[in-house]
Amino acid sequence: MRADGVDDDDDLPDRRATLARLARASVPWISIGVLLIAWELCVRGFRIPDYLLPAPSEVWSQTWALKAAVAGHTLATLKTIAFGFGLAVAISLPLAVLVTSSPAVAATVYPVLVLVQSVPKVALAPVLVVALGANEMPRIVVTFLVCFFPLVISVAAGLLSVPSEYIELCRSCRASRWRELVRVRMPCAVPFLFSGLKVAITLSVVGAVVGEFVAADEGLGYLIQSSTAFFKTPLAFGAIVILALIGIVLFQAVVAIERAFFPWSVSDERFRD
Amino acid sequence: MIRLQGISQVFRSRDGARVAALDDVDLSVASEQFACIVGPSGCGKSTLLRLVAGLIAPTRGTIEVGGRRVDGPREDVGIVFQKPTLFPWASVLENVLMPLKLMGRPTASHRQRAMDLLEMVGLGGFETRLPGELSGGMQQRAAICRALIHDPPILLMDEPFGALDALTREEMTLELLSIWQERRKTIVFVTHSITEAVLLADKVVVMSARPGRIVSDLDVALPRPRSFAQEGLPEFQAVAASVRASIFSRRKGGADAR
Repeated sequence: MRADGVDDDDDLPDRRATLARLARASVPWISIGVLLIAWELCVRGFRIPDYLLPAPSEVWSQTWALKAAVAGHTLATLKTIAFGFGLAVAISLPLAVLVTSSPAVAATVYPVLVLVQSVPKVALAPVLVVALGANEMPRIVVTFLVCFFPLVISVAAGLLSVPSEYIELCRSCRASRWRELVRVRMPCAVPFLFSGLKVAITLSVVGAVVGEFVAADEGLGYLIQSSTAFFKTPLAFGAIVILALIGIVLFQAVVAIERAFFPWSVSDERFRD
Repeated sequence: MIRLQGISQVFRSRDGARVAALDDVDLSVASEQFACIVGPSGCGKSTLLRLVAGLIAPTRGTIEVGGRRVDGPREDVGIVFQKPTLFPWASVLENVLMPLKLMGRPTASHRQRAMDLLEMVGLGGFETRLPGELSGGMQQRAAICRALIHDPPILLMDEPFGALDALTREEMTLELLSIWQERRKTIVFVTHSITEAVLLADKVVVMSARPGRIVSDLDVALPRPRSFAQEGLPEFQAVAASVRASIFSRRKGGADAR
């Protein structure tokens, strides 16, 4: 009896903490739920027509009715994002190393980078279609262009942010530039790389949709355009919701990869002194 | 062992002005001697260490280590900075082995040496931890192990305990003494603390600021092994007082000159 009482006392703070955590985690869901219900009630109460603002239930039922087609479009957009983002990562990392290798190279490459970045990618998309043909290439290139600049800039900043003591340690060990790069500069750049990746992955969704708006016969951007053309607004809303979900999931995937493989890079109090 | 002759160091500040960090400095530290450099901020103590390490070249003068002129970074020194500057992504053991990796030497035989060093400073069992999981004092111990891993004859320490709390600082001071007792090295140790300097050193070099000059070079003849118990002894107090006096007199003189 006494032992039970002691156990209860020990459990109590734990249980309370778990409850508090659950409560905190459920708040966003509750607020989203309330928003959806209010939306549904407004649309029904004021009898707003579907093509102006569809109710959530209508969005769901019309999207679900075409689930096979919607899934195909989703897959097409994911493919564009994957190739465009992958290409951006593959090109921006070596480019960042190149840019930071010497002031002369930086002075040569930076203006070109800034010039490319200054061009609105939406303006570039139709030109790319002419140049590359009406296939997935222009979409991938637009996605690439949208997300590679923040990557180059953040990784370059990371490679240059190395504390001077680290560099002095390298020099006092007469480390070659290659060793300094691989053993010290690159790991130092990892937190910067991930902040760049988080920006880039979000932008890559934008890039893919922009590409699909201009020239595509599949993808969620195409679906939005074609369904609004026929006033099938609920379907367009469905595509928008899926795009938002893709953005959230991909962003969280980047966060999860950082936590799993580079826990020291995460600004979490457990890894700081 | 270490000999600096007529060293002057001039830096160019951001606005292009010339700043004299060191002015005509002569200093020699004998082999296996423990030398402490004391002085106010901005007296070029850290610059002096970097010159000895060959990380920077002097504007004027020559530096010799072991009879050979220093003309670039050298592998026969170990450096301990004010901050531990361990790599946050590497385990404690990997961090200790880092100099060898940067030098590109095989590390298989050195693993045991690293373990022994960590054991010696009381970090046995922490080999696989990340630096972020260690306290500041433990991190600095690991940094000392890192400086010792390639068994350099010279150890350069730039206010290594400056960022630690007072208790940890005393503990580390004693620890350093016992390490030095065990593995004799030539140590050049920069500090702000007169007590620390007198307790550790064979000789205390007092520097003045702007430009950095050597004011006095005092031998500390207190018996070893030393401990904080000696702090109360008149001999200890006498040395500390003369160090303090030369710092203070120099400051007053500088103010008069202006």
